[in-house]
Amino acid sequence: MRMGDNLIVMLQGDLEDGTVEQVEREVTEEVARTQAKGALIDVSGLSVVDSFVARIISRIAAMIRLLGSEATIVGIQPAVALTLVELGVPLKHVATALNAEQGMARLQGRSRERA
Amino acid sequence: MSPVAEKTAQVVPIAAEADLLRVRSALRAEAQEAGLNLTAVTKLVTAGSELARNIFRYATHGQGVARIERAEEDGRRGVRVTFEDSGPGIADLDEAMRDGYSTAGSLGLGLPGSRRLVDEFSIDSQVGRGTTVMIMQWSR
Repeated sequence: MRMGDNLIVMLQGDLEDGTVEQVEREVTEEVARTQAKGALIDVSGLSVVDSFVARIISRIAAMIRLLGSEATIVGIQPAVALTLVELGVPLKHVATALNAEQGMARLQGRSRERA
Repeated sequence: MSPVAEKTAQVVPIAAEADLLRVRSALRAEAQEAGLNLTAVTKLVTAGSELARNIFRYATHGQGVARIERAEEDGRRGVRVTFEDSGPGIADLDEAMRDGYSTAGSLGLGLPGSRRLVDEFSIDSQVGRGTTVMIMQWSR
């Protein structure tokens, strides 16, 4: 889904490892193809994020950055956030926002700074 | 653990990637029924997902089971899950329980991370025989 210069990706439900890896490929290709300025990855529909899924999310963000774009992860559920911190998943370099609205504001602010 | 009364037992085979989904959904259902709060449920399901993936990734032929049981003790309810596989086993358990230790290029958080997410954790492994991991989460 696109909104202006940004790509919006919604992750929902209980996902198989293979599906998450497929999303990773598709998002990376789509950002490159559309030259999106930013990508918003909405994970509010995920009730569980284990170390595998967290690693892929962090990899997606890193690849988007390599393409010269910006990724923001939005909507991490509170219980999921608590779990990720205790699990010890390193997500320090991943930009996050409370919800899609704030994430979009962040992406738009970034692209204005660069303009 | 003598005062623990068994309520139900459910066995979920783990042999393929799709079984991770079955383990997660069975754990969620059981934990919700036991009255665990959302954070405790999420932590248990996440720990279960890590351990089920370990079986599917590392055990011989990727086979094992998750045995899910309800427990009751001193008026509180909980869920106990035992992950058993007949894989190669773990030679150095202390090493395997350390953050960042991985033989497979993963983050190496599966075992130590799971232990942090649950109220009780125990692991037993014999090289050439297999590994058994027990986790337990209580309602508060």
